[in-house]
Amino acid sequence: MANLAVSVQEHDFDPGQLQEALLAGASEEGAVATFTGYVRVNNDDRGVSRMMMEHYPGMTEKSIESTLNEATQRWPLIAASVVHRIGELTPGERIVWVGVSSRHRGASFSACEYIMDYLKTNAPFWKKEIGPDGEHWVEARDTDTDRARRWAASE
Amino acid sequence: MIRVLFFARIREQLDCASMELEWSDAVRHTEGVRAALIAQGDARWEAALLEDNIICAVNQQVVTAEIELSDGDEVAFFPPVTGG
Repeated sequence: MANLAVSVQEHDFDPGQLQEALLAGASEEGAVATFTGYVRVNNDDRGVSRMMMEHYPGMTEKSIESTLNEATQRWPLIAASVVHRIGELTPGERIVWVGVSSRHRGASFSACEYIMDYLKTNAPFWKKEIGPDGEHWVEARDTDTDRARRWAASE
Repeated sequence: MIRVLFFARIREQLDCASMELEWSDAVRHTEGVRAALIAQGDARWEAALLEDNIICAVNQQVVTAEIELSDGDEVAFFPPVTGG
């Protein structure tokens, strides 16, 4: 059984520490893949001075746990972890971190991308951007839906 | 009783984060809840709740078809997600 962890939090995180924690107490790993997402300064040509990340407490955690469980069914993972921030964020700040470990690199690379693609389209988070032109809710992107669909097609 | 939650743009459009509907035959399924919400609100509610891409979740699981509810269930309406 893979070691799974989900954290939804306001405070920043240290990717190095998270990677160490992912590996703590195990010795089978030959590979770790991680992804860190940041707040962009410009999004769709609009300036962003800050962002509010809203979520659905309870469902968010369940949804990410379900994605991690699905990833462990598809690949032989040793550990998988997601940290996602909520509340007010400014450009350049870290928003999300995904870390996956496995014996060989293929499973880690694929699972890390899979988890991120499903998180983007399934986990109940919503971004509101605030900039010089006012504030607006970010619209979902078809490209994100397409990326998640690729995995369903490869089942 | 059915607890109803709204998030993000929908919450702002309705100026409402949550409400409770008394348990009755009218709210025994998700479409009944939607109809009851539209009936108790002004035109904003109809516009928001009949949007094509609005997502409905029951007990924190997305549902894509009408489903039956039980007393005490939690129903949420929200726009497509944009995390990560």
